[in-house]
This record gives sequence, C-alpha cells and structure tokens, in this order.
Amino acid sequence: MERTDEKAQVAAFADAPGGAIRMNGAHAIIRSLEDEGVSYLFGYPGGQALALYDALYDSRKLTHILVRHEQGAVHAADGYARATGKPGIAIVTSGPGATNTITGIACAYMDSVPLIVITGQVETSVIGTDAFQETDITGVTLPITKHSYLVKDTQDLPRVIHEAFHIATTGRPGPVVIDVPSDIAAGSIDYRPCTTIELPSYKPTIKGNARQVKQAADLLVHAQRPLLLVGGGIVASGATDRLRMLASCLHAPVATTLMGKGAFPEDDARALGVAGVYGRPSANAAIADADVILAIGVRFSDRVTGPVEGFAPDAHIIHIDIDPAEIGKNVVPEVPIVGDADTVIGQLIERLGKAADMPDTSDWLRGAAELRAQDVPPCFVDGRAVRAGIAVHQVMRTLNGLLAERESIVTTEVGQHQMWASQFLTRSQPRTFLTSGGLGAMGFGLPAAIGAQLGCPDRSVVCVAGDGSIQMNVQEMATATANGLPIKVIVLDNAGLGMVRQLQEETYGSRYSQTVLPACPDFVKLAEAYGWQGARVSDADALDDALARLLASEGPALLDVVIDPDEFVFSQMEEAYASDSDTGRKE
Amino acid sequence: MLYTLSILVDNQAGVLTRVTSLIARRGFNIESLAVGVTENPTLSRITLVVDADARSVEQISKQLNKLINVHKVSDLTDESRTDRELALFKVSTTPERRHEIIEMCDVFRANIVDVGRNTLTIEATGDESKLAAMEGLFREYGIREVARTGRISLARGGARD
Repeated sequence: MERTDEKAQVAAFADAPGGAIRMNGAHAIIRSLEDEGVSYLFGYPGGQALALYDALYDSRKLTHILVRHEQGAVHAADGYARATGKPGIAIVTSGPGATNTITGIACAYMDSVPLIVITGQVETSVIGTDAFQETDITGVTLPITKHSYLVKDTQDLPRVIHEAFHIATTGRPGPVVIDVPSDIAAGSIDYRPCTTIELPSYKPTIKGNARQVKQAADLLVHAQRPLLLVGGGIVASGATDRLRMLASCLHAPVATTLMGKGAFPEDDARALGVAGVYGRPSANAAIADADVILAIGVRFSDRVTGPVEGFAPDAHIIHIDIDPAEIGKNVVPEVPIVGDADTVIGQLIERLGKAADMPDTSDWLRGAAELRAQDVPPCFVDGRAVRAGIAVHQVMRTLNGLLAERESIVTTEVGQHQMWASQFLTRSQPRTFLTSGGLGAMGFGLPAAIGAQLGCPDRSVVCVAGDGSIQMNVQEMATATANGLPIKVIVLDNAGLGMVRQLQEETYGSRYSQTVLPACPDFVKLAEAYGWQGARVSDADALDDALARLLASEGPALLDVVIDPDEFVFSQMEEAYASDSDTGRKE
Repeated sequence: MLYTLSILVDNQAGVLTRVTSLIARRGFNIESLAVGVTENPTLSRITLVVDADARSVEQISKQLNKLINVHKVSDLTDESRTDRELALFKVSTTPERRHEIIEMCDVFRANIVDVGRNTLTIEATGDESKLAAMEGLFREYGIREVARTGRISLARGGARD
C-alpha cells in the first residue's frame, strides 16, 4: 500500500534550532537504531506500536522481518546476535506482544546474548489501570534482563537507546528491554544523536589484576597436567585466536562447555570436545585427572560439573570471567581473575613468555588424545543395528561430512537431537553452533536459523530439530519463505519427546507419561504448505542422498528423518539421578 | 548471621524493586530495610539487614553490584559503625500510671508524641538493644501497636562516606 499522507511525513521532520531535527519519539527511536548501525529488526506490530511501525515505514536503512509470533522475533534476533556478534533487535507491541517475548528474553539472558527488545506500552496516563493490552513488562522481565527502561519522557529516547546498546553489548552481554508508552512515541523531540555514555555505576573490568595473573601463571608453569575449560565467554570476547596461542603455549588439552562449542577448533589435536553431563566421557575424565584447570568464560553450570563436590577434586582451579558474580558462585577457585577473556589471556601469554621452561606435558596430551579417540558413544558405534528407521550415527556422520564441505552454521532445537549434534558434529569456528544452552528452550532453533541466515547470507544454515520442538515455533517457516531465506531443517523424527522419554525410562521405570506425540503432522506436506521443499527418508540406503539433496537445494527445505524411538543420548546422568540403570543405550 | 549492607543507588522509580526482587529470587529473607535520599539528591541509601552466611552475602553483594542503578555496596557488618532505628510505641495506660511511663521515657531520652485517654504514643530512637529494652518494659502496660523504621547505619569516621 502506497503512503498517501505526504503531509504527515513533512510534519514529522522539521529543522529545529542547533542542527537538531524535530520529529516524534517513534522516529527518534528509528533514527537512533539507524545511528547505532542496526540493519535488521525482528518484530510484530500492534495497537501500542502503531507510531513505531509508522516511523519504520519511512526507514531506508532498517529492514524489518515480520515474524509470525513474538517468541520467534526474539529467538531470531538472538540467532542473529549469536551468529554475527552484533546485538539483535526485536520490536513488539504491549501486553500479549510483550509477554510472548519472555521465553526468548530468558533464553538470551541465560546464554549472555546482547539483545534490545523494544515493547510498545499503553499511554502513561493510563499505566496502572489495567488498560487494554497493558502488562508491566519491565516488572515481568526484571529477573531475566541485564537492564530495562520504562521511558517516561520523549527527550530521554536517544540517551536510553544509546545506553541500552552500551549495556547489552559490553561487559557480560545480555538483553535490555525498552518499554515505550504510546504518548512518549507520539511526543515531539529535537533529535540529536546521543554519543556519550554517563553511567558512573557501570564500568565492567576489562584488564585482569596483575598480581592474580602472576599467581595464575605460577600455577600453570608448574602444572604437570594442565587443562583449559572454556565457554561462551571466549566467543563473546572474540578470544578464539588468543585461546589457540595459549593452548600451544601451555601444551594443554582444551575442553569446552556447550556454549563454548567451536570456541576452540574441535579438529585440533588438543581438543577434547564438550564436557559435562551430556559431554564426552574422555573430556570429563581429563578434567578429573588434571592438576591445574584454567577455566575461562564459563559459569560452572550444573550441566558441566555434575554434583559440584565431585568436580575436579584434585585440581587447582583458576577462573577468569568478566562477571565478578560468577567467580565463586558454584566452584570456588584458587585464583580468581575478573576481566575480559581476550585481554586476560593476552596478559597470561605475556607472563608465561617470561617463564623458564614449561614442564613436558606430552605424555598427558597424548593420553588425553588417545582416550578421546577411543571414546565413541554407544549410539555412534558403527554398524550398530537399530530396530526401526535410520541410525542417528549415520545421520550425524553424513551431515558432518556435508558440513565440512561448506561454511556453515548449525542451530538446534532442544532435546536428544541437540545433544547428538553437540556430541557428534565437529565445529571449528566460533558462532557456528547456536543452541539454547542455559534455558533449554524448545522452539529456539528454527527462528534462530532465520536470524543467523540474515546475518550470514553466504553460509549454509542448518537447523537440527526434533519432531517435538520443531512444532513449538513451526509458524516461522512462513517467515523464512517470505524473506527468501534458504535455511535447511533436519527433523530427527522419533514420533515423541525423546529426551523426556529417555529420562522416564532411566529414572521412572519406563512409565512413558505423555511423551508419545500422536497426530504429528505430515512434515513433508507441512513444509510444502509453507512454500518449502519437503522430503522424508526412512531407509538407511537413501539417507546420504537425501541429506546431500537437502543441503544442495535452493530455497528453504525440510528433511524428515525417521529414527528409532529407542535411540538414547549417551549421558552421565547416573550420579545426578542416582539411577541404577545403565547409561547410554541399552542393547 | 545478620549482615548489614549499605547500598548506594540511583534515586529513581523502580530501583528499590530491582534490589529487593534480586535478593528475594536468590532466596534470602530481608530482616529489615530502610531507604532514604542522601546528601546527593540523585542518590538514595538503602540499609539492608539480611540473615545469611558469609559466602551467600558475598554473592548477594556481587549480584547487587551488577545492577546498573547500584553505585556501591558496602558490607558494614564488621565495620565500626553507628546504627539507629526509630520506633513508635502506642502503649496502654491509665491516667494514674502515665507518670511511670513518662519517667521511663526520660531515662531513654524518648519523646511522648501523643496522649490519649488510655494510651500514650512514644517516639524512640536508638540501636536495636535499646529499642528492645524499651519494648520489654512497655509490654507490662500492654503494647497496642508498634511501628519501626528498620535499621539505618553509617560507618564511623571518614574511612567511608
């Protein structure tokens, strides 16, 4: 629809004194976003966001991606941020529009992803009266945001937006909510870009304390069995290159957390892969044997440590993190260092460079590598028969081969397929394995793939999904179609909620309560209905071709892969759940 | 153990909610809380008493420090400090026994701020032990109502502001 009211546009912009431009609050928000260098917004309009969407209508620099559900908008903005390192932006209306963002915000908060979520709000004069579509969204999101604003004065908008970007992207990144009442968006302002930050109470520590860095170096130069445990902080800090230098300098093996997958190249001889409850046993064994653990940008989550008393009992632990509150929260380190991962690693390398000969760790490294080579999860044993469908190891092996041939980004939903992908897919670069680690939010993978594809148009973006979680935000298939995004979805289809089913078998005597999904849609027809290509494969001999065709196809495409419902994720849950059953798949 | 935290925050709407909700969701009970503006009108001071162990208090302090509106968190527990609290006691009495209470108030340097037919309302300031002692004495007459502000604290001398 063409805009007919040219006068409104003229009225919206008028020269004001001092080089400022007079406009309304909504235009000031859009201009501020442009001035921050934003390219994409993910959102959904509504009554209290009318002024914002009207201002957006005039923007030539911003591309708005219209999602089909606000949760999809936030996960897509999150996927964009994880893939590019730039903040993701979501824009929604008040009330239900705002409350639909909550899972997405919580997910970004848990995984420290920089997001700006702009919510419409009822006008200030009726706030607190339970007006139509009124929700106290800054109140509701208090525990899941790094910071939030309820804007009460149109003049504050440029400053608030500039501050929000600063807060979201510096220190430990996280989501910031900006709630904008409709009269504030409609109010008038002489717009000047805000370029200064005055937040005296917010000064993240970047450089590590020199004395603590020296203590860490002293421990490391005497370590016989040093080990690096690295997480999402490495990715957020952009420290992958220096991490590699540190690993060579220390001759130490490197384990990652789920959030750190790809922070260290998994095809490197020193890589141990992902550690933790669903991690590789060899990585966990190395952690248990290490005498010095250098943990960088990790939060020692219960998924990594298991019961915390039993974690690395013999190791001296050095913990580097930009968030002081993470240090000592779960595991008390011998040497704490608050600072930015890349900066502190640089300081450490410099310190270690002054050290005399380092101990010979070649036996330790060789032992860890041998353990890793033998460490094949039961479901990946070659030639293992499955009762029905296609063996997961075949899917993952073929996919790994296909992904190695191209620049790719993998996103996952949440469940068994996520853990299989984490255990089996080799990732050698940061920002190429996007998964909801902390919150474990089903419905993340598809919208995250949309955001990642927009941010990285030249890469193959593949979403590994399950038949349960793909249905949580399946409506976003339309968003991919509408924007011509050639994302690929692989549904590992076991006609049920496999991860919960597995836990029910392991811990509740195989009482499968509500974990079989009846009336799953025909995913091929569903894909076609959304304008995607769809295919199903249930024969092992046809799988490799089907996967190759999927990845080679032009537009968005989905492959439904029928797998055995009895395939289990290998886990080390027995301690956590005190179960007497075997771990891994019982034959 | 009881810990006293002195928290300097932006004097803005919603900041108290950020502080108290953070403490509640990390699982701690607030024993007392007092808040008021400081010598700098853009800042408020929250004096907070929590029952926790040392490691938990360190974690609370670090989490509070992460709030953008929090400027400084000081743990005054082991500091030499001045504590004060204000209490209002509405005490039952009869015209014949009023003078007993008035004498007690003189000893405690408390003020009578309202006299009713069968009640006296007393304003008292002091640290917790003084207020507890007064409350114990007034109980014999019958306490109708008590209102207390919660503890406010400052470190002694010029080491901290």
